[in-house]
Amino acid sequence: MAVAVPETAEPLLSVQHLSIGLPRRDGSWALLVRDISFDVHAGVRYGLVGESGSGKSMTLKAIAGLLPRGVAVMEGEAWFEGEDLLTMPAHRRRRIMGPRMAMIFQEPMTALNPTMRVGKQIAEGPRRHLGLSKQAADELAIEMIRRTGIPDPARRARAYPHELSGGLRQRVMIAMALSCKPALVLCDEPTTALDVTVQDQVLRLLAQLCEEMGSALTFVTHDLAVISQTCSRLSVMYAGRIMEKGGVREVYRAPRHPYTEALFQSAPDFDEPHRDLVPIPGLPPSLTNPPPGCPFAPRCRYAVEACNAGPKPLTRVREGHLSACDRVGQIFGGDS
Amino acid sequence: MSGLILTRRWRLRARSSARDLRPWYRNESLVPGLAIIAVMVLLALLAPVLTPYDPIKQHLDQTLQGPSSAHWLGTDKLGRDVLARLLYGARVDLRVGFLAVLIPFAGGSVLGAIAGYFGGWLDIIIMRIVDVFYAFPLYVLVIALVFVLGSGESSIYLAIALVSWVSYCKIVRGEVIVARRQEYVQAARLGGLGNLRVLGRHVGPNVISQAITYAMSDIILDIMVIVTLGYLGLGITPPTPEWGSMIADAQEFITTLWWMAVLPGVAVVITGIGLSLTADGLTDLLSPERRR
Repeated sequence: MAVAVPETAEPLLSVQHLSIGLPRRDGSWALLVRDISFDVHAGVRYGLVGESGSGKSMTLKAIAGLLPRGVAVMEGEAWFEGEDLLTMPAHRRRRIMGPRMAMIFQEPMTALNPTMRVGKQIAEGPRRHLGLSKQAADELAIEMIRRTGIPDPARRARAYPHELSGGLRQRVMIAMALSCKPALVLCDEPTTALDVTVQDQVLRLLAQLCEEMGSALTFVTHDLAVISQTCSRLSVMYAGRIMEKGGVREVYRAPRHPYTEALFQSAPDFDEPHRDLVPIPGLPPSLTNPPPGCPFAPRCRYAVEACNAGPKPLTRVREGHLSACDRVGQIFGGDS
Repeated sequence: MSGLILTRRWRLRARSSARDLRPWYRNESLVPGLAIIAVMVLLALLAPVLTPYDPIKQHLDQTLQGPSSAHWLGTDKLGRDVLARLLYGARVDLRVGFLAVLIPFAGGSVLGAIAGYFGGWLDIIIMRIVDVFYAFPLYVLVIALVFVLGSGESSIYLAIALVSWVSYCKIVRGEVIVARRQEYVQAARLGGLGNLRVLGRHVGPNVISQAITYAMSDIILDIMVIVTLGYLGLGITPPTPEWGSMIADAQEFITTLWWMAVLPGVAVVITGIGLSLTADGLTDLLSPERRR
């Protein structure tokens, strides 16, 4: 009955005060992610966007339990269906991964087992998690391949990964991830390895299939255009923090953080092909010794003295739209 | 010389195409390699048909004869037909060589896979044991073990198994550590599959080709070990024909009846070439891009 999920409903995935650290030789920690929180509600497609080193991939890896050796969660929780993913024992996680939560990888070339027919690879999850017979699982695999729009699915199911193109492999990966109808799908830049034309098709397919199956999506990318195509809500990350958070449409129409604005101005836009691109000056700050105030202040054209001091918490600018800039009012005018 | 250059040029052509799609019977190392091994095995199997003589029965009235129409390669100092001993010797050397490889191949691969996949203290314990075995030269260790266990076929199997599993363990562990970081392995683990399934179905098939290739060259090594042990009088017990003990027995006649010592050696070399070529061909054939 309720079409729009109210923000008050219990979120599917709730990341609270997550900090991720990398130990340094002198015993101190470089914080890759600093105290970030966000909620993904059932059926919502959520984007995490930011440049390299912003901590978006680490956040996703922490949720998936894939943090590289040495990198550790310093603080925080990631609640998923009433359990904390970050402290969950491995056997418990194995039961969730697949039927409740799935992941799609960045590289379709390396994320499929070269010695196994793709149909068998898709069928593996359902056989284990849904308790299907060999035959039923194989049929489900073919059905999933068909749903990803690959022609002649029964024949394709018998192909080895090296016999398929990058686009087809990525579709197989999507079929694999969605084969157990997970409630949440995690994606780490799933289309960066593909041609732009194929990219678009795959993104549409991903969004459409998630819609059909009622799966929520958490999508990590550096590409704002990709987010606008697939997601309905997003967080903009910079130097391990969330700078702005809100509905995709609102943020795109009226960004409320200088960093988001600068990102938009530095990216080409088909609607305004003659607009000059404005690069962001300088480099992201050091993660070991971050600026005390707003991490973007050294590169921000609106920065004043006060920006370099004190923590900058996310504050509400509008219903469901938050910004970590405490000068929102002065910079963007007080329309909230 | 020209043969070497030719092989190298073939090799370049084979490697330059990303995917070598020639069927196995077109592989220029595998086919001659398998052919040589097949001939050796056939000769060994058909020994009773190919020669009317018993390789063990002594004829002290016909010792140390030169080649004749009756004894093509002459007779040894106990009057036994040299050709018959050579053919029956192949049975022993090939059988022990091929069989001796199986236990270390299986055991070493499994331990290596466990060490590489799980890491941590399991890895440390297994690899320190490997280091201990690695610290000794292969022959010294095998000879010492056979000396302790007593000569005979079963103690050769046991000694070789105890010593050569470490190579498989090292090879497979290295490959598994690389494969474990592959996204498809992470994807399989993330798909909630159990460790056994991930190891057996996703890691295993992608790493085992290296171990299989090594097993081929390991057979040569094992045959060398058997021959060496036979030469030293520690291997297969005397009346049984075996190339190593044939060389040892014949060396006192090396200036006159030289073929008695040389021919078993040549047999070892030919077997070795056949196994090497097979190993080489398997490397091409089993590389992951090439699979099916």
